Amino acid sequence: MNHQRLQERVRADFPFLKLGVAFLDNASTTQKPRRVVEAIVRYYEEYCSNIHRGLYAWSERATEECEQVRALIAQFLGAAAPEEIIFTSGATQSLNMAARMVAQFLSAGDEVVLTVAEHHSNLIPWQLIAKEKKLHLRFLELNDEWTITPEQFKKIITPKTKVLAMAHISNASGIILPVRTLAQLAHEHHITVIVDAAQSVPHLPVNVAALGADMLAFSGHKLYGPTGIGVLYGKRELLEHCEPVVGGGNMIDEVERMSATWAPLPAKFEAGTPPIAGIIGLGAALEYVAEIGGMAMIAAAEEELTQYARRAFADCSGVTLYAPKRPEYHAGIFSFIVDGVHPHDVAGMLDQDGVCVRAGHHCAQPLMKFWNLPATTRASLSFYNTPEDIDRLIAGIRKAQKLFA
Amino acid sequence: MDLYQEEILDHYRHPHHHGTLPDADIVRTERNSSCGDELTFYLKFANEKIADISFEGQGCAISQAAASMLTDELVGKSKKDIAKLQKDDVLKLLGTVSLTPTRLQCALLPLQAVTNAVVRPKREL
Repeated sequence: MNHQRLQERVRADFPFLKLGVAFLDNASTTQKPRRVVEAIVRYYEEYCSNIHRGLYAWSERATEECEQVRALIAQFLGAAAPEEIIFTSGATQSLNMAARMVAQFLSAGDEVVLTVAEHHSNLIPWQLIAKEKKLHLRFLELNDEWTITPEQFKKIITPKTKVLAMAHISNASGIILPVRTLAQLAHEHHITVIVDAAQSVPHLPVNVAALGADMLAFSGHKLYGPTGIGVLYGKRELLEHCEPVVGGGNMIDEVERMSATWAPLPAKFEAGTPPIAGIIGLGAALEYVAEIGGMAMIAAAEEELTQYARRAFADCSGVTLYAPKRPEYHAGIFSFIVDGVHPHDVAGMLDQDGVCVRAGHHCAQPLMKFWNLPATTRASLSFYNTPEDIDRLIAGIRKAQKLFA
Repeated sequence: MDLYQEEILDHYRHPHHHGTLPDADIVRTERNSSCGDELTFYLKFANEKIADISFEGQGCAISQAAASMLTDELVGKSKKDIAKLQKDDVLKLLGTVSLTPTRLQCALLPLQAVTNAVVRPKREL
């Protein structure tokens, strides 16, 4: 499917486009194709039931669909088996679980390596655990090229380094971090690799084996699916050795008063009723993605628009773009400062013209401090954005400059 | 409704009571960590009422305008009056603009600053 054909499909498939809003806050959440909404409504209206527990047709249908989605996700990520896919409530829960699970093998004095560009969901869990278990957190800094080299990682590795937990794409800056290279080095030193793929899975083809992820997290609502659903991928051997971190129904086998045995994977890590409508919605989103040509198609469309936006920003005087200079490191997220205009006022101005962006620290305060800024305005695109959306963004910025600066 | 009405922009561009008061009785700084808005208020009292007031700081148009408008209101008020101020008093000053929860925080930062200044006074910069 070429880009023209893709844009035609998109106009037909996404109801929000009729509303005339330029939605440029995709790093925060994404818009849904109609079929995702229809799949959710259909579940609630035609076969609403719990899964794994019922003995009637509706429940069997819902159960089968959820397991099909699990298999679809395993395929989508290049996982070895569906058992390696755990449903969660979102990437934040996934990353908290991953940290708690891996921490079961850590002891006082062990070191966990993060980067300065982490989203709080991949930082705060480790801060909490580090305090509990007396671990040391170490941080990989961004170098002058706004990337991280294996040499930098080598310098930080000690015999006590046990975990590398890092973002694939930085949500506040769009920097594509070299996970594969660093993971390779990590594995040479028997370091477990946890990847926050919340910003990468929806925009690039991601293969967990190629990436070298031992665990990986993403959210459904950033992948054109509903809120309340996410995925934690884990290598089978790792998951087999971890104890559950959330207890309840479904994850057990035999339960006595004082103890219980666990269900096999993946149920062992799925306590309680999962977000069933969310799973079904996510499945519909993935089917849609496959239909329009998969992540490769989406990545190509976004790449073109990212370059268009980079050129537009370069032509905008009085605006500083906080993005890598090298285009190959830069995914479609644009954090910027308009000289003399507060990020809130830029966003407020854009909102008045129907352009949605975000302003603030983007849940990445360490990165903001690295940049010496309290906040930025952030525009982030997806495959359903157009050059006109970028034009409207730039026009809004110019308007804000006239009014405030 | 247009958020950036003329009056707000006017207060932003030409804030009233802007600057420091070297002989202030109370100095109070308040920050909004989510966006970096920061305001410092200087209060000088005579006969238990505000004789002079000023503010400094950096931030978005809403927080700066609200601060400017609030200083106009506070001249001649007592500590008790200040402690009684509510969020709706500030919103009335700004005019009936509909504020999102995020921008509401911006608008209320000055109120937080002056309330804390009289309720928990200590000299801080």
